[in-house]
Amino acid sequence: MAAQRGWMNNLFLDTGSTSFTEFVGSYAPGLLPARFESLAAPVGDQIPHATTIVAATFAGGVVVAGDRRATAGNYISQKDMEKVFRTDDYSCMGIAGTASTGIEMARLYQVELEHYEKREGRELSVEGKANRLATMIRGNLPMAMQGLAVVPLFAAYDENRGTGRIFSYDVGGGPYEQTNYASIGSGSLFARGALKKLYREGASAEDIILTCVHSLYDAADDDSATGGPDVARKIWPLVAVITDEGFRRLPDEEVEGYVRQVLDLRMTDPDGPTAPLR
Amino acid sequence: MSMPFGYVSPEQEMRDKADFARKGIARGRSVVVLQYENGILFVAPNASRALHKISEIYDRIGFAAVGKYNEFEALRLGGIRYADINGYTYDRSDVTARGLANLYAQSLGMVFTESRKPYEVEIVVAEVGDAPEDDQIYRLTFDGSVADEHGFVVMGGVAEAVAGRLKDRFREGMSLPDALDAALAALTEPGGERPPMLQLEVAVLDRTREHRKFQRLTGPRLERLLATGSSSVTPPSEAGAGGPLEAGDGDSPATAPEGDIDTGSGG
Repeated sequence: MAAQRGWMNNLFLDTGSTSFTEFVGSYAPGLLPARFESLAAPVGDQIPHATTIVAATFAGGVVVAGDRRATAGNYISQKDMEKVFRTDDYSCMGIAGTASTGIEMARLYQVELEHYEKREGRELSVEGKANRLATMIRGNLPMAMQGLAVVPLFAAYDENRGTGRIFSYDVGGGPYEQTNYASIGSGSLFARGALKKLYREGASAEDIILTCVHSLYDAADDDSATGGPDVARKIWPLVAVITDEGFRRLPDEEVEGYVRQVLDLRMTDPDGPTAPLR
Repeated sequence: MSMPFGYVSPEQEMRDKADFARKGIARGRSVVVLQYENGILFVAPNASRALHKISEIYDRIGFAAVGKYNEFEALRLGGIRYADINGYTYDRSDVTARGLANLYAQSLGMVFTESRKPYEVEIVVAEVGDAPEDDQIYRLTFDGSVADEHGFVVMGGVAEAVAGRLKDRFREGMSLPDALDAALAALTEPGGERPPMLQLEVAVLDRTREHRKFQRLTGPRLERLLATGSSSVTPPSEAGAGGPLEAGDGDSPATAPEGDIDTGSGG
């Protein structure tokens, strides 16, 4: 077959590897998330940042929830941002750090997983998915050093084990598998404190969703970059559940039910539920 | 005027290539693609569990092929790349079966005219729409010609005989079990036995699904569908006495033609 011109060159002849990212890199490198050599000055403060994401496992799955705020310095750049992304039928990722880079990374990662699955006729293992994401984050390290860091939280349902699994990362990659719960982003310290006290092993999905919503409330309580529930505009946290039936993003009305429970309790007890001391 | 030694006229060359490709394609078993109420159904008798003749290309786009495995597999991989890179560059809704069919037509046409051996393949690119009238089915042949089909497509093997049988049973807006039953009846020569479940590759583009519409039907789900389909069979009234089924009974060609038995890799 004679060589075709332009970007269609060798589309059929060079079947290459299963990685979509590698393919884009060789084929149309301009489409990859940008990796500039260096920026003149750190721009971290001027670019919107996504904030807090929490995840916790329950019997038979995993819950991931994120607040809806994006900030640039002390300015709230978006009130209803969505930072939890479905990456395939049984996994999702939440992003904290530079919003634009994170969104682009999630988009690329989603195609990466699907591309492998379609080519090979099988899904990647959960470890395989987690490792692949680590490579993508490591690729962003030079940008992270310039203030454009993005750190995801990856959660998946493992069909072999029948459990939910959570992986966290740092700017250099990872992954670090977490037991029971994890949080990332500016409000993560406060969210983690709440998760630590409220998490119960073997709890139901409903209880874990409520736990996650409580922990996001606590994060918003003490971290200015994390948005609390916006009752006037009806902007609620984004909650996703992954079980053996796949990824499901809870509809707003369902999340509102959980948020109202949290708000009702906080009206009488602003600091939320307390863990038993003995 | 004397011709140089070994000269073959372009007409002859094209004819030879086309005959060669047609023979290769007819050697395998037929693959059926048809519309049903909620989307598009793909049915392929395929002894291999690993080498697929039916595949997902993108959210709404499916692919089916007959012929030489390595050739249509290369087309399939190229199609996935085309779809993924376009969806990533623009938006997922910007990937269309029409664009993919054009790309395949270009590629197949070029191979047919410029290489010594044409591809021995025939493929279908199907896109499921929001409503049945938005469904698109494109059939591409070895020389790069494209046909825009409605209702159903049969390709490979003794395609004409199978298409004839399917025409009698096909109705618009059939339920999934009925559509599957019609496809299997068409794929089975009169008086013959239906292919066993383990040798069937069945998939749907289901417009009621979220995100990715393509789904393989295997295991218990396929078993249930096969059971419902065959119990509720009512032969359509048009195929009464003297209908094409009975008329063609004696002299219709066998579904499994002479030559090697299809292993999924060869045909």
